[in-house]
Amino acid sequence: MKKIIITILVVAFFSLYLFAQTNIKPSVNRGKIVYETYCLTCHQDDGAGVPKLNPTLSNTSYTTGDKKKLITWVLKGTTDKIAIDGKFYSNNMAPQNYLKDEEIADVLTYIRNSFGNKASAVTVAEVKAVRATVK
Amino acid sequence: MKNKRFYSMLALAIICANSLLACSNDTSSVDKSTTVLNAGLELPTGFSTIKAAEGLGEARHITVTPQGDIYVKLSSAYKDKTIYYLHDNNGDGKTDVQTGFGDYVGTGITIKNGYLYASSNTEVYRYKLDAANKVIDPSKPEKIITGLIARFQHDSKSIALDNDGNIYVNIGAYSNSCQEKDRSKGSMGIMPCPILDSAGGIWKFKADKLNQTYADGIRYATGLRNVVGLDWNNSTNSLFVMQHGRDGLHDLFPDLYDTKQSAELPAECMYELKEGVNCGWPYVYYDHIQKKKIINPEYGGDGKKTTTENFIDPVAAFPGHMAPNGLLFYTGNMFPEKYKNGAFIAFHGSWNRAPEPQKGYLVAFVPFKDGKPSSDWEIFADNFAGGPEFVSPGKAKHRPCGLAQGPDGSLYVSDDSGGTIYKITYKAK
Repeated sequence: MKKIIITILVVAFFSLYLFAQTNIKPSVNRGKIVYETYCLTCHQDDGAGVPKLNPTLSNTSYTTGDKKKLITWVLKGTTDKIAIDGKFYSNNMAPQNYLKDEEIADVLTYIRNSFGNKASAVTVAEVKAVRATVK
Repeated sequence: MKNKRFYSMLALAIICANSLLACSNDTSSVDKSTTVLNAGLELPTGFSTIKAAEGLGEARHITVTPQGDIYVKLSSAYKDKTIYYLHDNNGDGKTDVQTGFGDYVGTGITIKNGYLYASSNTEVYRYKLDAANKVIDPSKPEKIITGLIARFQHDSKSIALDNDGNIYVNIGAYSNSCQEKDRSKGSMGIMPCPILDSAGGIWKFKADKLNQTYADGIRYATGLRNVVGLDWNNSTNSLFVMQHGRDGLHDLFPDLYDTKQSAELPAECMYELKEGVNCGWPYVYYDHIQKKKIINPEYGGDGKKTTTENFIDPVAAFPGHMAPNGLLFYTGNMFPEKYKNGAFIAFHGSWNRAPEPQKGYLVAFVPFKDGKPSSDWEIFADNFAGGPEFVSPGKAKHRPCGLAQGPDGSLYVSDDSGGTIYKITYKAK
């Protein structure tokens, strides 16, 4: 009995995972367009950024890590100079708060699943919740 | 038995530790087995290149002594040191001795009147040299300038000296275009731009006075967003600088500029600076296609409106965003006649041309006659990136940054991406 339950749970989890993965595709596709319009110049078409100036988006704890932190970064931008995975970048990032909740969710889902990254999607509700706390 | 094994292990450990220590010593010999003829660069006929040094990390500016020794300034420590003295023992062009000193990262380095000058991002130091142009006491430089503004953006301090005991220091603007909100879409410019009182220009100080601050110097020229490459031209007896033009015309003002215009504009400009001149940043930029000074959109421009203010014109203009990091007026006798007194410019390579293809990653040349450019610029040394697919800031294998002239008239180019020092020579066929 126990075995059966575990098997069911595993199958259920796996199908959910698959469903979630296939389901992020439209968001990723929309996010790519947002990226190309507002982000690409600084972060480059391959997400590699510019050494010493603009942070890379691939293989960094910031892109695939805490979503709240990532959403806040996009909404507020930054002029603070903090090390990102041990590296400093000189350029300021302007607040991108003029983007709609859906656009931010899409573009973050896109970068979290591009340039070699694989991480969970960002939802519109998550962006909305963070925006309510960011002034 | 157990004891024996323990002691032999211990001995082995000591040997390993010792050899590790030997490797991390800042004076070491260089492996010469990796020599590549022409070193991957494309050059005009008759020129050839060898790598005088490799693997130094972020090799910014360089200077070469009358003995042919190289000093290189690093913007990131290599084996805990930030200045390297490189010496070639057998005259094959490849350096065999590396001696590191200094604990401050930076860009500027040059030699004048028996001193080696070097800069951090906030200070300028100098070291007394002996008769062989070796630093006498690497641990005790004199601090000649202190307290310069460094706010991350454009914080490197490049230096050049004249023949009258003065040193010129670039203090870059800590902003792209003096917007109320830096790099924010549609944000307008602050009028007047408050940055210009202490940055966004070239400052002049005494080359031999200790602990000078802003109050001891003068703002020699203003309206320069950021200068990395600069050189004193001995034939005109004046300072020439290369400005990095503003970024993001399309990203910040998409209604006024498309991505193609934004990639090409504004020009990267060469200016000849006389005391008191204003080059126009952040109010105007130079458009090398219209050949006009255009009012920046942050200050009410529309891509066409020209200025009536008294800003100087550049003496030469180049495509946008190529990032000129090194400037050198050639006075040697090794290269053909057309190179005499002309300007070499090391273009670090663009990022702000995206989504259009990137440009730069090359050393350009501008011929000069009577102190002025006599024709258009041309590519002198190309392919630092390592092939067309590597022409991007993250992928380029090498990015040219500093330039220096050897006593025999050879040209040295430093690379702050791969840490290579190239030595370019010429031999008539």
